Amino acid sequence: MTTLTAASFRVDRYQKRALMAGGVSAAIFVALAAAPYLLDPAITSSWIKLFYLITLATMWNLLAGYAGMVSVGQQAYIGLGAYGVFVFNDLGFDAYSSALIASIAVGAIALPLSFVAFRLRGGYFAIGTWVIAEAVRQIIIRFDELGAGRGRSISTYTGDPVFRNLFTYWLALGILALALIVTFYLLRSRMGIALQSIRDNEVAARALGINVSRTKRIVFTIAAMGASLAGSVICIQAIGVASPNQIFSVSYSAFMIFMVLIGGIGTIEGPIVGAVIYFVMDFYFSQLGLWYLVVLGLLAILVTLFLPKGIWGAIHERFNISLFPVGHRIVPIADHIPTKVLSNADV
Amino acid sequence: MIFLNALIQGILLGGLFAMAALGLSIAFGVLRVVNLAHGEIMTLGAYLAYLSLSALGLNVWMSLLIVVPAMGVVGYWVQRLMLQRALRLSELSPLLVTFGLAIMIPNALVEVFSNNKKPLPTGDLAVQSITIVDGITVGVLPLLTLVVAVVLIAGMQLFLARTKMGRYMRAAADDSDTLRLMGIDYRKVYAFAMAIAFGIAALAGVFFGIRQGGVTPFDGQLTVLFAFEAVIIGGLGSLWGTLAGGIVLGVAHSLAGQISPDLPLLVGNLVFLAILVFRPTGIVRSKVAA
Repeated sequence: MTTLTAASFRVDRYQKRALMAGGVSAAIFVALAAAPYLLDPAITSSWIKLFYLITLATMWNLLAGYAGMVSVGQQAYIGLGAYGVFVFNDLGFDAYSSALIASIAVGAIALPLSFVAFRLRGGYFAIGTWVIAEAVRQIIIRFDELGAGRGRSISTYTGDPVFRNLFTYWLALGILALALIVTFYLLRSRMGIALQSIRDNEVAARALGINVSRTKRIVFTIAAMGASLAGSVICIQAIGVASPNQIFSVSYSAFMIFMVLIGGIGTIEGPIVGAVIYFVMDFYFSQLGLWYLVVLGLLAILVTLFLPKGIWGAIHERFNISLFPVGHRIVPIADHIPTKVLSNADV
Repeated sequence: MIFLNALIQGILLGGLFAMAALGLSIAFGVLRVVNLAHGEIMTLGAYLAYLSLSALGLNVWMSLLIVVPAMGVVGYWVQRLMLQRALRLSELSPLLVTFGLAIMIPNALVEVFSNNKKPLPTGDLAVQSITIVDGITVGVLPLLTLVVAVVLIAGMQLFLARTKMGRYMRAAADDSDTLRLMGIDYRKVYAFAMAIAFGIAALAGVFFGIRQGGVTPFDGQLTVLFAFEAVIIGGLGSLWGTLAGGIVLGVAHSLAGQISPDLPLLVGNLVFLAILVFRPTGIVRSKVAA
């Protein structure tokens, strides 16, 4: 075995591949943004759902897959994002700006809530977030001006249905792009490394000088803001909320978990794959009624037990590809020993 | 007097919450599994009772002789076939598996039994009450629930302290590898603990159904939160703490109900969150580190 010295190796962050991924993704997003001009509006407006599903899955994955926080209470922020649209729309902002302002407000609510939620760990954290979501719903329905328990609709809104769908489409697409960009850069930053070390071993991470609770708090807040934006899109697309029980429903958590697990937890690509699979399944099987949810739950269990890395994880393991590289690898510098490239299984 | 009456009703309601929480407390104490499907197991128990009522013509109390052992067997095999594997994979896996169950069960129940409330009649027991003094009346059924909860907790404590299986369970909670070196298959011990947890959950589900006048498929989403709140308020890993937590929650619900009938759930949740902030270890100091 050759001795490894610092001088003969360098750490590679896949800069080239990251740039390429960025370029290709940018091209895809431009194409998607132009799609409503080329395709039937009915087709493109059905993609709105796909966009917010990917956003939700990406945000839940950031929480659970990278920071180790399994939350079943993200519906709190989905609901707040939806109701935030009403609040800021009533104050005179248009529905789309309201979505963005609401996400900042939700971030400001989620940050202090994290102090409550972080009192609990593991499974009890999951339940704590669920209780918070229930409490938020029970508080919201006490406001008559928000429709109390009946839900309500957006009061001032673009009249023309074509433009309405178009703007909502771009809003959903923009939010998705933002969610992916934030996640990608966050994970490539120092904090991304900190996060993964927290997920793998919190005590060891703390011993290495990582400020564990601050890092988790930041992720918790970002994930809440992402869920809020998705919630706003859901509300704007439906021009309102049919019932608070539906927008604050724990089934949103079930869908997020399902998408992330099927696709592959702890990868950037996984939630995208999972969301596409869920979107297609939902399209074809939702007429099965509630049996469909039973199958979803069963699939989630089977994947957890027998394919714990999900579909993308299995592909990655088999072919060693990753579209959005956030890992590190060590490569020998040319004029030294030309041994094989050591990879840290580039997460 | 109204306040005192509400306090007493709250304590009695606490008995129900404690019973609901007991199975959860056992599963966490022995296996460190947080069962997100706990509420659904309760609901499933209540539906089994309804089935034995309608199909076999039993009364509710007789049906418990079928329901509790049957759910115990279910718990044993859920642990052996699913959770045991999940426990080896990662910390998150058991959570995800139980959440999967929590999604499957109520939706399947709707498809099989519809959304309508299925009755669990107990004859005139449901309306019987004892008047202690003027203005304070105690229902027989809530009193019975509290007594059963206390007996179950005392029995479980004795079981853990005195019997061989109880000792194995405490040993498995502390160090399953060493237990294995002693020639005990810890997987069976775990599964047995889960069987007890499921059995008690089913019992609690039947009591909850009786109190509510019947059972509906999504009851579990409500009861799972009550149960978890009681466990955490009481302090993780302490069975008597779970009783105390249930009573705190019950009193909070009952007092809030005096102010407005739509407040109990919100106040219960807020009391829980406040206790998390100010006394995160729970009100009873636990002997087991969480």
